[in-house]
Parts: sequence; C-alpha cells; structure tokens
Amino acid sequence: MSTQTLSQTAPVERPEIKARYDHFIGGKFVAPAGGEYFDNISPIDGKPFSQAARGNKEDIDRALDAAHEAFKTWSKTSPTERSRVLNKIADIMEANLEMLARVETIDNGKALRETRAADLPLCIDHFRYFASVIRADESTISEHDEHTVSIALKEPLGVVGQIIPWNFPLLMATWKIAPALAAGCTTVVKPAEQTPTSIMVLMELIADVLPPGVINVVTGFGPEAGKPLANSPRVAKVSFTGETTTGRLIMQYASENLVPVTMELGGKSPNIFMKSIADEDDAFFDKCIEGAVMFALNQGEVCTCPSRILVHEDIYDKFMERVVERTKAIKMGHPLAEDTMMGAQASNDQYEKILSYLDIGRQEGAEVLCGGGPMNLNSGLETGYYIQPTIFKGHNKMRIFQEEIFGPVTSVTTFKTVEEAIEIANDTMYGLGAGLWSRDAHELYTVPRAIKAGRVWVNNYHAYPAHAPFGGYKKSGFGRENHLMMLDHYRATKNMLISYSKDKLGFF
Amino acid sequence: MEEKEPRLRRVLITEAAMEVIDTLRKRYPDGLMFHQSGGCCDGSSPMCFEKGDFKIGSSDVWLEEIYGCDFFMSADQFEYWKHTQLTLDVTPGRGSSFSVEIPLGVRFLIRSRVFTMEELERLPPVKTGDTFSAV
Repeated sequence: MSTQTLSQTAPVERPEIKARYDHFIGGKFVAPAGGEYFDNISPIDGKPFSQAARGNKEDIDRALDAAHEAFKTWSKTSPTERSRVLNKIADIMEANLEMLARVETIDNGKALRETRAADLPLCIDHFRYFASVIRADESTISEHDEHTVSIALKEPLGVVGQIIPWNFPLLMATWKIAPALAAGCTTVVKPAEQTPTSIMVLMELIADVLPPGVINVVTGFGPEAGKPLANSPRVAKVSFTGETTTGRLIMQYASENLVPVTMELGGKSPNIFMKSIADEDDAFFDKCIEGAVMFALNQGEVCTCPSRILVHEDIYDKFMERVVERTKAIKMGHPLAEDTMMGAQASNDQYEKILSYLDIGRQEGAEVLCGGGPMNLNSGLETGYYIQPTIFKGHNKMRIFQEEIFGPVTSVTTFKTVEEAIEIANDTMYGLGAGLWSRDAHELYTVPRAIKAGRVWVNNYHAYPAHAPFGGYKKSGFGRENHLMMLDHYRATKNMLISYSKDKLGFF
Repeated sequence: MEEKEPRLRRVLITEAAMEVIDTLRKRYPDGLMFHQSGGCCDGSSPMCFEKGDFKIGSSDVWLEEIYGCDFFMSADQFEYWKHTQLTLDVTPGRGSSFSVEIPLGVRFLIRSRVFTMEELERLPPVKTGDTFSAV
C-alpha cells in the first residue's frame, strides 16, 4: 500500500510531560508498592512518551484507606464548600486547557481540534454543572398525618470505585468524579492502561485544591489493579464504562459484596435518515450529511458512534454520494497539527481489531463505499495507528452491523417504511444512542419514542451537554450520567419517620 | 462408524495464542477460560480469565474447547456470530479489561471467517451455558 505524504501545518509543540508518574493517593504522588512501571505508548507514533505506575492490590488498599479517611470529613463538608472545590477544579482546567488538550492528544491519539473544542470544554462545564446543582439540591418532606412527618434526606454512599475507559480519558473520568464528589463520596479511580497519563497531569494541577484522599488515582493493568478495586468489600459502589463481559464480571463481584453498580457498556447506534431530509438541498440537508459523517468523530471510538446508517431507499443515491464525498474529505494527519480532522486509534490492539472487522465486512459481502484499510502516513507517523474512515454497504444481520468496532467505520443499509426503519434500528443487543433526521413533525416525536435507546438525537448527533441524561437501554447498561440524577446513583436515602404525638398506640 | 470428515470447529487457535496460554498456565495452573465480549472500548474482544472466575450462566453458550480452555459467548451475541468461524490470535497491545494476558503486553484477538453453506450444515451444536454453571 502506498504511503501518503503529509501536507499540513506543523504539529504544535509538545508540553512537558514527566518521564514517569506515580499513583495519586491521599493527596500525594506515591510510588507503586511493587516498584514497577509500564510504558505509556502514544498512538501518534507507537512510541513510549511516559511511564505509569503498575498498581496492584496493595496500592488499591492504600488508596481505599486514604479514601475512607477522607470520607469522614468530605461527607460532612457543606454543599457550599464541595461546590467551591468543583468550581476551582473547573477554573484550573480552564486556565490550563491548551496544555491539557495537548497531553490528551498525545495520550489518546485524537486530533487536537477535538480535545480543544470538545473534551476539555466539556470537562470544565461538567464540573461547573455539578458544582451548581448541589447548591439547588433539596431533599423532600411529607406529612403523613397531623403528627407524623417523613423526611427523605440524601446521604453519600461512601467510598466508590470508578473504572475509566480510554476513549475520552479526562472526560469520562470527569463524568464519574464530578457527581461522586458533588454527592459527598470519595473515590478511587482506575484509569485505562492505554491512557494513564493525562489524568495524572490533571492531578498535579489540582492536588492543592482537593482535601487529601478525596480523589485517589491508581494506574495499572485490569487484572492487577482494576479487579481488586472492583471486588473490594470496602467499596460502596462501582461505576464502570467498558464492555459487556467485564460489565458482567464487575456485577458478579458487586453481587458478592451486595453493592450497587452503574454500567455504560457501549452500543451499535442507528442513525436514521428519513425521506423528507432530501426534499430540499439546503442548509438542513447539509447538516444531515455531516450528521452521517459523525461516525468519524473521535476516530469512531465513541460508545454512541453512529455506526449504522439507515437511509430511505428513495434518497439513498443522492444522500450517500454526498456522505461518501464528505467522508473522503476528512483530513488525516498528525494529531497535534491544527488542521488534522481525524487522528490515530488509541492502541495497537484496537488498530488490529478494527482491521479484523474490515476483513470480516468484506468476507460477509459488504460493499466498501470508501476507505477500507489502514492509513499509511509518513513524516514520523509510520508506526502510529491510523485507519481510513470507512463506509460499508450491507444488511443489518452482518456482524459489522451488530458489533461495536470502535473505529472510524460505519455501515449503511436502506429501508422502505418508517416501520422497517424502527425494526432495523431496534434489531441490536444494544440501546445507547440513536439519531433521527427528518423534516416531518410527526416522525420527530414518534420515531424516537419507538427506538429502544437511552439517548436519541433528533436532527443532531454527538452532543453531550451536561443536564441531558445519558445512559443505556438493553445491554448498553444502566445509570444516567451527565445529569443531576447521577447524584442519586452516589447517594442513599435516609428516611427519618418522626412522630410528634405524645400518645401511645395502645397495642402493648 | 468412522466420520467422513474431521469435526468442524467453531473456534480455532493460532500458535502464537497457544504460546501465550502456555505462559499464563504457569501463573494460573488451575486452568483458563474465554468469554467473548461485546460493546465498547475493549469490547468485541475475547476475555481470558482464570477458570471459574467468570460465572457462566444459562444466557451463555459454549462454542468449543480450544487448547484446553472452554470458549463461551452470550447466547444473543452468538446469534449474530454463528455463521463465522473464529480464530483466537494474539497481538501486541495493552487492552483494558480484566483479561489476564494484559500484563504480558499482548492482547487476545478474534479473527473470523464466514462458513460456507456446506459447512454451516454440518456444524456441531453448541451447548447452553447452564451445563457449565458448576464449573
């Protein structure tokens, strides 16, 4: 395969990143108990750029000790103070946005334009959102009769374990940390082994504003550090984003400890384009084309990647010609270059897995409309993990329509009727995201209601604002992040049932 | 009576994957098992656990024993996979799950081949997971 020569702006300068990072426990950076570190490889060039501590059960136990100690005071800290701390974290992230965006790009491989415009701004807003909602949060009270009052107070669960994925390392950590801290919990966080660095750079920045032990971060491998966190009887709740087998395993551990869990386990999101979108060739039609190409956002490494395009058969040619053209215009290149639109896949195993799906798609008889292979870039990127944005045409029973490839790959099929579109959309094990594009006022309401998914974007896609609940139906998990309702996933209700009567019941 | 053809296998394994299993067996002498994952991040990848660590239930199917390890998948996922022959391979990488090979710096990976019509007709049946729930 030929190698593409880069013609683009020079990459921005790399910020200073330490040669290695320890765990962050009890407000300090602590060397790993086993004394070992592992290389963190940047997907940009497949080369190590820092090292992370190789955590084990002993490190997790130390972090749990620190979190339990901190919980004694943090759980009683006023919402005013918790809110101030969360706002302070947001302010520090905002002041360091450019540096953090660059570190995130080096750690994960995604294009700088995304970390600058999406990952970091969303983190900042998310901390501010949870800082604000706890100031307006109220418990409830009910009068059962003239002498009996029931107070339902919300109390933090305790020390929580949070296992973070690698696709949005800082943002997914924020989605979990912000509501937990807002609710009064303390946390032990285990970042993904592919992306253990950016969160440690953030911890360096915010260490002084956090009471020691409120956030603890232990890096390491899943079986060595993730497992002892997930199965610890000293954890009051486990929050996990990942895949189904590990989700089941974590629930299995939680069942042994009888603790609650929240799970976000991915999807195979349908993006439905109704006939009416092509009634005009206008700004909205153009928006729909962009909506279909959204599969390439974050190199497709998004749980809600619109990886199934369902398009009405009458508009297929007109619509898909433009979608393919727009996809081919995606500029790939050095993730740290400002004009790069799509960067590198997060790791070598991810890269290999995506290529294995490109192979199975062809074997199953799917037609490659564009892309279909690795992207061979030069100028120092030869050893990075780049894949061409790819569109397959096929049918919904193919494995490429049913499995989360987690790469820049989408598969298109057609439908004849609204009923058929809904049937195809729901023919999946998952139910996380979906998209519906239409000019028809009735469809705009009825179709999203018929789709079994937790988030249906209507005439838009891939927006993740705080205050819009996000979570799965079916095998995509449960719990609703991004919204104040997440607070109750980190709290228990204390009911005080009070009698103001002086009279006995008369039973005994 | 002798079979005309050798039993058709639903899951195969590469030499490289066998070597990784050999290495892992030194650490986990009681045996290993596989469960094929779905979903995001490290999903759509085979997970390797110490035998019995992952509880198999009636919602799982057993596909094959590969190199002494039982290989399972969720029954609903299998519905979408059953027309393909899987090969357990391994690639350098990090993974991000509780799969036990991850600390070795490698990750198990599934490669797939679509069965021919003729093969589909003579595939052995799978077993339901509740047969294995006592494992």
